[in-house]
Amino acid sequence: MRRFVPVIVVALLATVPLWLGDPYILNAFITTGIFTIAAMSLNLLLGYTGQLSLGHVAFFGIGAYVSALTALGFDVELFDGFHVVHEPWPVIYGFILAIVIAGLCGYLVGKLSFRVRGAYFVIVTISFAEVVRLVALNWVELTQGPLALTNIPPVTLGLPGIGYANLYGKTGNYYLVLGVGVIAYVVIKHLVQSRIGRAMIALKENESLALSVGINVTRYLVLAAIVSAAIAGAAGSLYAHYLRIIDPDIFLFLYTVTMVIMVITGGKGTLAGPVVGGALFGAIPVIVRSFAAPEVQWILYGAFMIAIIFVLPQGIVPAIERWFAPRPSKKQLVASQSSVSAE
Amino acid sequence: MSEFLQHIANTLILGGTYALLGIGLTLIFGIMRVVNFTHGELYTFGAYFVFLISSVLGLNFLLALPVAIIAGLVLGALIELLLLRPMRGADIDTTMLVMIGAMIVMQNSEQLVWGGVAKSVSTPFPETPLVIGPVSVSYLRVFVLVMALLLIAATYVLINRTKLGKAMRATFQDRDTAALMGVNVRAIYTATFAIGSSLAAAAGALLGPAYVISPHMGDIASLKAFAIVILGGLGNITGAAIGGFILALAEELGAGYVSSGYRDAMGFLIIIAVLLIKPTGLFARAERIG
Repeated sequence: MRRFVPVIVVALLATVPLWLGDPYILNAFITTGIFTIAAMSLNLLLGYTGQLSLGHVAFFGIGAYVSALTALGFDVELFDGFHVVHEPWPVIYGFILAIVIAGLCGYLVGKLSFRVRGAYFVIVTISFAEVVRLVALNWVELTQGPLALTNIPPVTLGLPGIGYANLYGKTGNYYLVLGVGVIAYVVIKHLVQSRIGRAMIALKENESLALSVGINVTRYLVLAAIVSAAIAGAAGSLYAHYLRIIDPDIFLFLYTVTMVIMVITGGKGTLAGPVVGGALFGAIPVIVRSFAAPEVQWILYGAFMIAIIFVLPQGIVPAIERWFAPRPSKKQLVASQSSVSAE
Repeated sequence: MSEFLQHIANTLILGGTYALLGIGLTLIFGIMRVVNFTHGELYTFGAYFVFLISSVLGLNFLLALPVAIIAGLVLGALIELLLLRPMRGADIDTTMLVMIGAMIVMQNSEQLVWGGVAKSVSTPFPETPLVIGPVSVSYLRVFVLVMALLLIAATYVLINRTKLGKAMRATFQDRDTAALMGVNVRAIYTATFAIGSSLAAAAGALLGPAYVISPHMGDIASLKAFAIVILGGLGNITGAAIGGFILALAEELGAGYVSSGYRDAMGFLIIIAVLLIKPTGLFARAERIG
């Protein structure tokens, strides 16, 4: 029964644009979906390898900028008279490049930052995101700085000979985000349930033990960082082509915090956790916007995060699973104990 | 050359406040093993307190600093009692998340109360700068440097010459043995967090009037404090003091000779470089406090 839950959820989500009339709510669904994809990618690092990466928004933002600049084109003077000129390319190349370049950044950051652990690792990842933000803010020739990149074209889907369709509308973007979300979920599911995933969990539980049984810790951490960054880059690309305008504020620490809250609340290290957390924190602004200022929303976010850590430190999904788990009967308990003692 | 001397003067003034900020954070991390994300918010809190006292209530500007320090002590003690004491024994990542939650609540409360528009504080110091040879500095900034140095000295005396300081150093070295010797470790934690917080509030109260005050000024202050602490080695007070001046120098020279847009990037480049080359910090002999 449990294995059908994701299929049922996707089927229900696919019907949403058919009956939902309110464009504001559909917009909330789309942005929530994009941030849920980013949260899913963060969960790979935070939940499965146990590394608290607080610079995740860097990969999201890099994906957004790479994708937007690929589609818009640019003309940058690197040094005296040497120009790098790029003609606009179709959006789909931007999407692919966003994934590749974000993944590459994940590789570099992973290689460097996994030399340290704990508090040091957290601070290195935050620093990386801040440096990227300052570059986006100051390299005005490339990024327009605080003036923002505008008129980013929407995603175009299609094949030569059949024709192309621009995804201007919300419905088209909704299905695009849903599709990418499903792909990201499947990729992460296969990764964490493979040998690689078991190695990641082993090194989260006990890094020195994992090392001693021959798991190449850094290799798996870097691998997780690459996949995680690449998926975040894909989410960033979707964000850029949906909003059609991006500025350096995309790198704000608050966006990383949003992703972290989603993962922690839903349940880190579970496949469904970021989706549940994402849905919850996507719904809160919609519900409270009528009576609360944005500051109050953020205060609620922060208070909610503290409350969750105090009350449900494992998150919502593991709590639900425990609730529904068949309680072992007395007979089974006795049997399992005797089998342990027999060993 | 005169330009360089001006940069050195600016470095000294900025560095004093940075050192205060770093010492507060390194005390908290060294003794409590808590990465304090609310540090920058206490800095903002101190700055707004000056605004409240001198601009809103119209009281004496010189009164604002001691009041901000006391307010920082109280707020720090409250955070420790409400949020950190129940989390004792949780792993470092979990406490970090709680502190991030607290940071978001504090920052947005400030924005709710004061609004998003930046505020400036009028001070009783003369507008004309003090000119010594090729260097010119405003009287306010001289006051900021003197006060910062006095507070650093006071913290040094507190840690090295008082009974409370001795108990703090003992807790840093070995929590369990200190508890066994009759040190009330829970009270030491509260005191440490309160003192560290009040230093951040003092830094904000000093630097706030020199620039403008905005609800988001704490973000960058937190990250700069992290940079300073990592430079000096975690838990190393002298290291944090020197680290504050090094960061100020790097920012001044970076802004002066490279590009002013990348002034704030210096701290992060320092963090990344130090951690890759010498992760224990530049001044870590052995891990110690004092």
